[in-house]
Amino acid sequence: MIGDFAPADLAIQGGQMTLVLGLSPLLTGLVRKVKARLQRRRGPPLLQPYRDLRRLLSKDAVLAENASWLFRAAPYLIFAVTWVAAALVPTFATGLLFSWSGDLIAITALLGSARFIQALAAMDIGTSFGGLGASREVMIASLAEPAMLMIAFTVALIVGSTQLSTIAAMLSTGDSGLRVSLALALVALVIVSVAENARIPVDNPATHLELTMVHEAMVLEYSARHLAMIEWAAYLKLLLYISLIGCMFFPFGIVDGPASPERYLGAVGLYIAKLASAGVLLAVFETSIAKMRVFRVPNFLGAALMLGLLGVLLLFVSQGM
Amino acid sequence: MILVVLSAILGLLGLALTGAVFAHNAAGRIAVYGGSLLVCTALLAAGIAALGAEPSRLVLPVGLPWIGAHVRLDSLSGCFLAVIGLGGAGASLYGIGQGRHEHDPQRVLPFYPAFLAGMAMVVIADDAFSFLFAWELMSFASWALVMAHHRAKGTAWAGFVYIVMATFSGLALLLCFGLLAGPAGGYSFDAMRAAPPAAGTEALVFALALLGAGAKAGLVPVHVWLPLAHPAAPSHVSALMSGVMTKVALYGFLRIVFELCGPPVWWFGLVVLVLGGITAVLGVLHALMEKDLKRLLAYSTVENIGIVFLGFGLALAFRANGFAVGAALALTAALFHAVNHAAFKSLLFLGAGAVLTATGERDMDRLGGLIHRMPRTAFLMLVGCIAISALPPLNGFVSEWLTFQAILLRAELPQWGLKLAIPAVGALLALAAALAAACFVRAFGIAFLGRPRSRQAADASEVDGWSFAAMAGFATLCLLGGVLPGVVIDALAPVSQALVGAHMPAQLSVPWLTTVPVEASRSSYNGLLLFGFIALSSLIAVTATHRFASRALRRGPAWDCGFPDASPATQYTATSFSQPLRRVFGTLVLRARETVEMPPPGSVAPARIHRSISDPIWDFLYAPVGRAVAFTAGLLNYLQFLTIRRYLGFVFAALVLLLASLAIWQ
Amino acid sequence: MNGLSFDIAHMLAGMLVLVSFMMLYQVRLYSLLHALALHAFVLSTSVAWQAYSQNAPHLYVTAAIALCFKAIIIPWALRGMVYRLGLHREVETVVGVGMTMLAGMALVALSLEVMLPATSQADPVTREDIALALSVVLIGLLMMVTRRNAVSQVVGFMSLENGIILAAAGAQGMPLVVELSVAFSVLIAFIVIGIVLFRIREHFDTVDDDALDRVRQHPGMFGAEIADERWRRPGKIEAAIASDRRRKPGLVGSGGPHE
Repeated sequence: MIGDFAPADLAIQGGQMTLVLGLSPLLTGLVRKVKARLQRRRGPPLLQPYRDLRRLLSKDAVLAENASWLFRAAPYLIFAVTWVAAALVPTFATGLLFSWSGDLIAITALLGSARFIQALAAMDIGTSFGGLGASREVMIASLAEPAMLMIAFTVALIVGSTQLSTIAAMLSTGDSGLRVSLALALVALVIVSVAENARIPVDNPATHLELTMVHEAMVLEYSARHLAMIEWAAYLKLLLYISLIGCMFFPFGIVDGPASPERYLGAVGLYIAKLASAGVLLAVFETSIAKMRVFRVPNFLGAALMLGLLGVLLLFVSQGM
Repeated sequence: MILVVLSAILGLLGLALTGAVFAHNAAGRIAVYGGSLLVCTALLAAGIAALGAEPSRLVLPVGLPWIGAHVRLDSLSGCFLAVIGLGGAGASLYGIGQGRHEHDPQRVLPFYPAFLAGMAMVVIADDAFSFLFAWELMSFASWALVMAHHRAKGTAWAGFVYIVMATFSGLALLLCFGLLAGPAGGYSFDAMRAAPPAAGTEALVFALALLGAGAKAGLVPVHVWLPLAHPAAPSHVSALMSGVMTKVALYGFLRIVFELCGPPVWWFGLVVLVLGGITAVLGVLHALMEKDLKRLLAYSTVENIGIVFLGFGLALAFRANGFAVGAALALTAALFHAVNHAAFKSLLFLGAGAVLTATGERDMDRLGGLIHRMPRTAFLMLVGCIAISALPPLNGFVSEWLTFQAILLRAELPQWGLKLAIPAVGALLALAAALAAACFVRAFGIAFLGRPRSRQAADASEVDGWSFAAMAGFATLCLLGGVLPGVVIDALAPVSQALVGAHMPAQLSVPWLTTVPVEASRSSYNGLLLFGFIALSSLIAVTATHRFASRALRRGPAWDCGFPDASPATQYTATSFSQPLRRVFGTLVLRARETVEMPPPGSVAPARIHRSISDPIWDFLYAPVGRAVAFTAGLLNYLQFLTIRRYLGFVFAALVLLLASLAIWQ
Repeated sequence: MNGLSFDIAHMLAGMLVLVSFMMLYQVRLYSLLHALALHAFVLSTSVAWQAYSQNAPHLYVTAAIALCFKAIIIPWALRGMVYRLGLHREVETVVGVGMTMLAGMALVALSLEVMLPATSQADPVTREDIALALSVVLIGLLMMVTRRNAVSQVVGFMSLENGIILAAAGAQGMPLVVELSVAFSVLIAFIVIGIVLFRIREHFDTVDDDALDRVRQHPGMFGAEIADERWRRPGKIEAAIASDRRRKPGLVGSGGPHE
């Protein structure tokens, strides 16, 4: 299993990597459009994020005078790490070529690396906004990451493996049935996804007030191609989390094992449909709830951690739950 | 093989004498550190060679006449000897360069090789007396090193607490060995292995070993000396104490509880597991509240020792339930973490020492902007911070990943205590890992990034070549441990085979050098491929951007939302960075309180903010004990001021009492 | 593994525990009442499922009672009471929300540890349901103990009672379940009416020093009365106002100006 590959597998892995890269701005565009419509505005066009990226890439980058090499290298590193993590998540097919090189815990840790570098880059210039964003981000991460690990544990205990391909394959057969701990893990994962992607109610992705900034404060000093890389990494991260929810809790339609090209195309189509519905649900959720105070966020994430821990506890204690 | 080690130890003792005589000479310094470097390399080689080989033993005619000194070099000793050699070599290399900045070399140079010799003697000792003698030598030499900067504020208190806790650990181990030796008095380890203790005695032996070894390693609640003593010593000595001496304490625990104690009971594992989890979280929370760079690193050592003990606890629990494969995984994960910690903690302490020498400051609130002034040190410290935060593709992640895999094994353990404790401890481990990342973002970000907050930070200069070489060596090890973990895991296999009777599957034969802890269908990780992917993706991103996007770049003032402030005091300080975490976690665990005194309107007095943190363990365990001791001493003080008649009365009463008890016992 | 009906029964019991945790998390009184309504709704679904899978039609009556009375009527009545009497809209907890949830986790662990070994001979469907029901009961008790507000204590008591009904419905062939639920509902109704009467009495009668204590706790309720001549006993009112200011120090205090 490890190490054997056919050219078709290489094509599928490459296809997945380009697909996630290409679809992620569209997903964010959809979320913004639906939010605008719900607020009775027309909203930007669906393809606006692509235009934003192109605009940013063509601009001159302005760096602060005391920016170091870390500040310049960080956007590429963040983008690369997030892209590698997104490439390891099964979207339309399991058994990705290199999916055995990183499991769910490794994916969580890769996203943690990206966050580490981002927080450091925020502190590089030495303004108070950077420190503000970085300190709030690590506070949120200090609860969101354990919650994510507890969710990983819950699913791993049910399936018997931490590999996402195995998880998707086994949960799609429906043998494990409806489990209480899976329901708890789903609720916890939704909460963690909202927190990690800087969505309302944890952070406002469209804010300009420092009182409400977390992610925006960290990227305040970036411009042009650096900002484009970071924005793209943020789009990728949203896509990654939605794909995670899809492959762990709604894995129907994911191709398992070699199949005909029509099956693959069908699976891609189904995946795009899952992304679209998730985007619409996210937009509705964000519109219907207000942003929380910064110090209510630990309660929110603590609830996710408790739910994850409860799921793990139930699985340790009894096989049926 | 053991002769090599013994001659190395003799060499170290000889170097200690050289250091005592030639301390003020530059040649003497180079001789001592250079000699230690060579000897430690020999120890490293001997340790690695001993890992797969048969145990070699010897009885020396020194020490007590009817026992002699037994020494033995087996896989477990070899593993820890390699760690000692590694840490010692790095610290000695650093000492060649930075040792010239030492104000009182005669207080450091004689004791440094003696410290190394003591540690090496502990791991090869094969009977109780040699073990305890070496343990005390290690404690005494490190105490002398802690007191080297005796005029600095706080060093005297640190030395005092250290010597009390070291004595406590020696006493606990003495009692432990006494119980193991039993009434027959078989003090050699072979005799102890042949006669495992009975059930009640076993529990007592376990508790004493946990307390005694835990006190040297930094386990809660006997960790209080560590954040005082480790920062007070010179930096390369701090690296040795944190990176190596704590591992020697772990060796002591393994030797006694896994080998000499006989088959474990399940609740041994529960106690160690829970204590390890609590230690991990408490250590990192304290580290988050510290502004002193070296104290932060010392508390982080406490956290990592907690993670290692967590692995040991899992191994004990699995072994007590007969699940040898799980025990092997947990034990290997813990040992791997211990080795990793020796590498990255030494790197971090050496870097902190470089910063201290360059700026004269340990307080992070007076540092900043060092990435421009000390770029090479900053890069290596960044590698160390990424490694200790358990982030892929470096080595810290692999050992934490293996520990998580051990927690997930879920061997259908029958005991309810374990069923409830293992998920809770898993959550604590996840929390500690996330908080450690936060802690090191803070440490690196405040100390090295941003703008310099003081004149000294703005004038810092880069370290010399020797120190850089030492740090670079450790950083390379961190990277190698992350991308080639199979090498270390296979090297540790004989150790786990000896201690728990099973070992992890051979890693170097898996395709693409993937790490497979149990079986491929369950989980796998490939650090080399991940590193390669990340490098490849960054390369694609950089080349694509530079080909298809604008390459223009210009410098300007910082944007800062349109309100740039020239003063570096508007940056976040270490305390402000950790304020959200202090509010969330500190209020409950550390009783963190903030009060603001606002003067009434119209007054020109400044407003003040007071922040207080208390260590609950100090307040509830040590302070009452200290008060009780002081109270008792005060009572006993009355004995100083009695009249002659009363003293004679005491002598008379004692005599009468002894004669009466003699009469009764007849 | 054990069949869909097993899974659905478990899922509903687990949802009840989840909604109990949601109730622990709520800080605002109206949201707490919505959560209570959801709790009763999940309970009625669960009891209805038990009625279906055990073929026990009398449980449908219990489900109907839970739905009408506890999911609709009681929350609506409590909500009306909160609004009309102007009660404090935020629930004050003894310890923080985080600690309360941690204590809830520990209680779930405790109830699993107690119930699962004790019922090891029983039918697997029932024993896990009973273990989860005990956790709901314990969390309800926790809510009663850690809240300072009378309405939230009533909510805690109701969720406790929901847990008992879940356990009773889950145990197959338990008699008098319907009678039990009617009796509990009458008890709740009396408690709620009792609280309403008590509060009305406080609102309109003049009482002595005790009422000044209540001024400190519910300033919204008696704010208008302080100006009344009968209350003008200078020392006491200054003490009341000063202590009120100490309670709400404004900018000063551990909250800081950060949010």
